[in-house]
Amino acid sequence: MAEPLLRIEDLTISFPSRQGQGAVVRSVSFEVGAEIVAVVGESGSGKSLTGRAIMGLLPPRAETTAKTLSFEGRDLTRLAAAHWRALRGSAIALILQDPKYSLNPSMRVGRQVEETLLLHTSLSARERREKALAMLSRVGFDDPQRVHASYPRELSGGMGQRAMIAAMLINKPSLLIADEATSALDHDLQVQILELLGGLTRELGMGLLLISHDLQQVARFADRVLVMRQGTIVDRLAASELADATHPYTLALWNARPSGVTYGTRLPTVADEMEP
Amino acid sequence: MTAALAVEGLSVSFGDRSRGDAGRRAVVHDVSFTVTAGETFGLIGPSGCGKTTVLRTIAGLNTDWQGAICVGDIALVPGRKIEGRLRDDVQMVFQDPHSSLHPRHRVEHILGEPLAIRGISGVASKVTELLEQVGLAAHMVSRFPHQLSGGQRQRVAIARALLLKPKLLLLDEPTSALDVSAQAGILNLLADLKRDHGTTLVLVSHDPGVVGHLCDRAARMAKGRLETILDRSALSRLS
Repeated sequence: MAEPLLRIEDLTISFPSRQGQGAVVRSVSFEVGAEIVAVVGESGSGKSLTGRAIMGLLPPRAETTAKTLSFEGRDLTRLAAAHWRALRGSAIALILQDPKYSLNPSMRVGRQVEETLLLHTSLSARERREKALAMLSRVGFDDPQRVHASYPRELSGGMGQRAMIAAMLINKPSLLIADEATSALDHDLQVQILELLGGLTRELGMGLLLISHDLQQVARFADRVLVMRQGTIVDRLAASELADATHPYTLALWNARPSGVTYGTRLPTVADEMEP
Repeated sequence: MTAALAVEGLSVSFGDRSRGDAGRRAVVHDVSFTVTAGETFGLIGPSGCGKTTVLRTIAGLNTDWQGAICVGDIALVPGRKIEGRLRDDVQMVFQDPHSSLHPRHRVEHILGEPLAIRGISGVASKVTELLEQVGLAAHMVSRFPHQLSGGQRQRVAIARALLLKPKLLLLDEPTSALDVSAQAGILNLLADLKRDHGTTLVLVSHDPGVVGHLCDRAARMAKGRLETILDRSALSRLS
């Protein structure tokens, strides 16, 4: 098999605490190729930190060790700041939860979509604009010209997240990390945005890492699923095998989702709410 | 039997009244529904459909409305905040427990204050009893909100709303800020309240799974209007 896009072996992330170093991600190993991989777990399972470690975006006091952390064959553990900047946005892109916070409120949407091109390519202003308009229409805007000239406050949550996706995909990164990219949206929009993300990444032959707490929702879009709990991967399986999952934690996450047919029944909870 | 809540021809507009109709935007049009005592009623629809506005109006947080709202046998008056018995009878739980609990108050203060203000005795034991009811250990009373998980914080917010034994509990997206397993815990708690105490609940959510799981009936809203009332057989098809 060819070298995967992303290879992680024995990733451990720890933070200093009163009792010494406390590991919050422990010995996590996985690979991502041109496929959709879902990383699923509860709040505090370490799934977001893992995503941030891949982007080199952990806070300075976090201590990260890994046997291998490589992207397209490049060793990320030894990357200088300048090389990180070349990589981020261009080859690896990150979409966060809420477009209200991740878009710059004082900059027109078009300019933000073009920013990656401005930083990483030598295209002319006209070429950048053409590409941005094409990308905006690709993420489903009927009137890309108008969105291009809009400020983020003029867009709804779903439109804002579409604009974010346009900004992240415009330079054709080979890996996109979506960290709870739809959690701030209402249910119908969540499905729409996930369909858009899944469709575009497959079309462009990219890798997509879908970080989410909602197993049932991401399972429909993913090829493979990694289940994280308390900093480790406790289960890994193909999305198609989820219906037959045997790991109790995976089952609990799967069955925790309410629906019309669970009316009157108790939902399984994995979090022990009595103690943090 | 009188309805626990009756909403008749409710319309809500926002904006500047002094500029006449031009400065005003209607966000809820002619919404009517009734909720019987002990029932769990859902309001479902996409962002911006007016569901939260309806709920806030019932809670007395929007005073600029037209139509009729009755909680039990007491009518709300447009232009006036709710007062008297209604202030005990109607309680609300908000979406984000991070912003609905005082960050510098310990749980015992958050829960004890409404009782103390009303001169109710035995505050400490009532608070402990309530924590148990919402599934929190007694030692949680000395915690600050930031020392609790999201699910625990929402339990405190629910305990806070239950303190005064309300007749009507309004829930605005109570699980949207939580992950799926914390959400399951809160939904189980709400189902217990419904079963053990017969609390009347009105639940606003954009998530068809949540409404389908918990509600006995629901109203589907779109663009400020009530589209249909969903009965149990319609709700059981939601996911």
